[in-house]
Amino acid sequence: MAQYTLTTPLTSEDTKKLKAGDTVLLNGVIYTARDAAHKRLVELLEKGEELPFDLEGSVIYFVGPTPPKPGDPIGSAGPTTSYRMDSYSPTMLKHGSKGMIGKGKRNQAVKDACVKYDGIYFGATGGAGALLGKKITSAEVIAYPELGPEAVRKITVKDFPVTVINDTYGNDLYQMGREQYEEK
Amino acid sequence: MREIEYNEVVDAVKNIILHCGTDLPQDTYDALKEAMENEKSPVAKEVIRQILENADIAKDEKRPLCQDTGLAVFFVKVGEDVKIKGGLLKDAINEGTAKGYEEGYLRASTCEPFSRANLKDTVGYNLPAIIHFDLVEGDKIDIEYAAKGGGSENVSRAKVFPPAAGKEGVIEFVKEVISDAGGNPCPPITVGVGIGGTFEKACISSKHALFRDIGSVNPDPEMAELEQIMLDEINKLGIGAMGMGGTKTALAVHIEANPCHIASLPVSVNVQCHSSRHTHITI
Repeated sequence: MAQYTLTTPLTSEDTKKLKAGDTVLLNGVIYTARDAAHKRLVELLEKGEELPFDLEGSVIYFVGPTPPKPGDPIGSAGPTTSYRMDSYSPTMLKHGSKGMIGKGKRNQAVKDACVKYDGIYFGATGGAGALLGKKITSAEVIAYPELGPEAVRKITVKDFPVTVINDTYGNDLYQMGREQYEEK
Repeated sequence: MREIEYNEVVDAVKNIILHCGTDLPQDTYDALKEAMENEKSPVAKEVIRQILENADIAKDEKRPLCQDTGLAVFFVKVGEDVKIKGGLLKDAINEGTAKGYEEGYLRASTCEPFSRANLKDTVGYNLPAIIHFDLVEGDKIDIEYAAKGGGSENVSRAKVFPPAAGKEGVIEFVKEVISDAGGNPCPPITVGVGIGGTFEKACISSKHALFRDIGSVNPDPEMAELEQIMLDEINKLGIGAMGMGGTKTALAVHIEANPCHIASLPVSVNVQCHSSRHTHITI
C-alpha cells in the first residue's frame, strides 16, 4: 500500500496510479455536495446547462459541516455516508469529475463508472470531523445557500488524509479488507 | 414536594449538550484505545489512531467531535416528589437542547420527513428533542443524554420473531444487521440489543442499552454471557474500523431484556457509531 500526495484538479494519470488501500494526502480546491445538491447538479448536466463550478478533474466531498466558529473557515467537517449519492455519481464522473470523498460502500454502477471514467472513490475517517475540519484552510458557499449545511462549498484543503476505496481497476478495499480479516 | 427552577433544568441540559458535543466520554476513549492496541490490521489501526487524535483536538479546541452532532435523545426519570417551578419539564429540556446546540456551533439536523425542510427556524434549533419519560420514587430528576447520529441509526433494525427462534435466532439476526451495515455506521460500533417486551419496548430498550458505559458488566449473568457471544461473533465478521477490514468491528454489545408475550420474541438492534457521546446527570 503506497502513500501519495496529490493536488487537484486530478488527471487520469494521477488516478490510474492509485490502488485500493493506498493512502493519499490531498491538496488544493475541492467541492462539497450532499444528496440535495447532487440532485440539482445532475439535473443541470442532463439539461446540458452549466454547473456552478468546473467539473473537469474535480474532487467532490460528501459533507455537511457544522457552522464555523467566528474566525474559522468551517466547522467540523467529516464525511457523510456515500450510498445516498450512488444514483448521481456516475453522471458526475461521466462529465469529468475524477474523485469522490465519503464513507461507506458504493453500488456496482459507481464502481463501474470509476473504471470507465478513471475515477477514484476515497474514504475519509467518519466521525473525525474536528481533525478533518482543520485540514480545510478556506471555504466559500458558491451555490444553493438555501440548503444550509448541504450548500455547495468551494474549499481548499491542505494534506487532507484519505484512503483509496474504489480504484480505476475495479478493486474495492471494503471487500478486500473484510475478506482478509473475516473468520469463518 | 421539592421544587426545581425551570431555568436550572434549561442550564443543566444546555451544559451537558455543550460538553458531549466536544468531549468524548472516558469509557468510549479507553475502549477505542484498547481496540487500537489489539487491532491486527494496520489500515484499521491508523483509522482508530485518527479517531483518537480527533477526540484530543475536539476536547482541547472545543470543536464538535463530528459534523453529525446528532438528534438529542433523553431518558428522564422524574421523582414523584419533585415539581418544576415556572414551566414544564419537557419545555425546559427542549429549550436547553436548542440553546446548547446553537451556542456550541453544533449542527441543526432536524427536518420534515418528506419536504426535508430544516426545522431550526420554525420548531427550534435541532428541535424537537427525543425524550423518554419515566416516573420513579423520590425528589430528584435523573437525566441520561446521548447525541445520536444518523449514519448508525440508518442501519438499525427491529423484528418480532416466533418464540422458537430462541437465542440462536437472536444471535443470527444481530450478526445479519451488523454484517449488512458494513462500514456505514462508522465502526468500531457499540451495539444495543433490546429483547422481549412489545415491538416498541424492544426498540426503546435497544436505544437505552447504548447509554450504558462501555466496559460495564450486565448484572444478569445470562445476558452478560450472551453479550460476549454476540461481540465475538461480530468481531469475526472482519469489517473493522470504518469498514476497511479488521478485527475490531464492535467495542461492546449491550442487552436490555424484558418479559414478553407468550406468542412473541421481539428483537431490536440499535447501532451506535464510535463517537458514543453520552452522559448522565441528577438534579
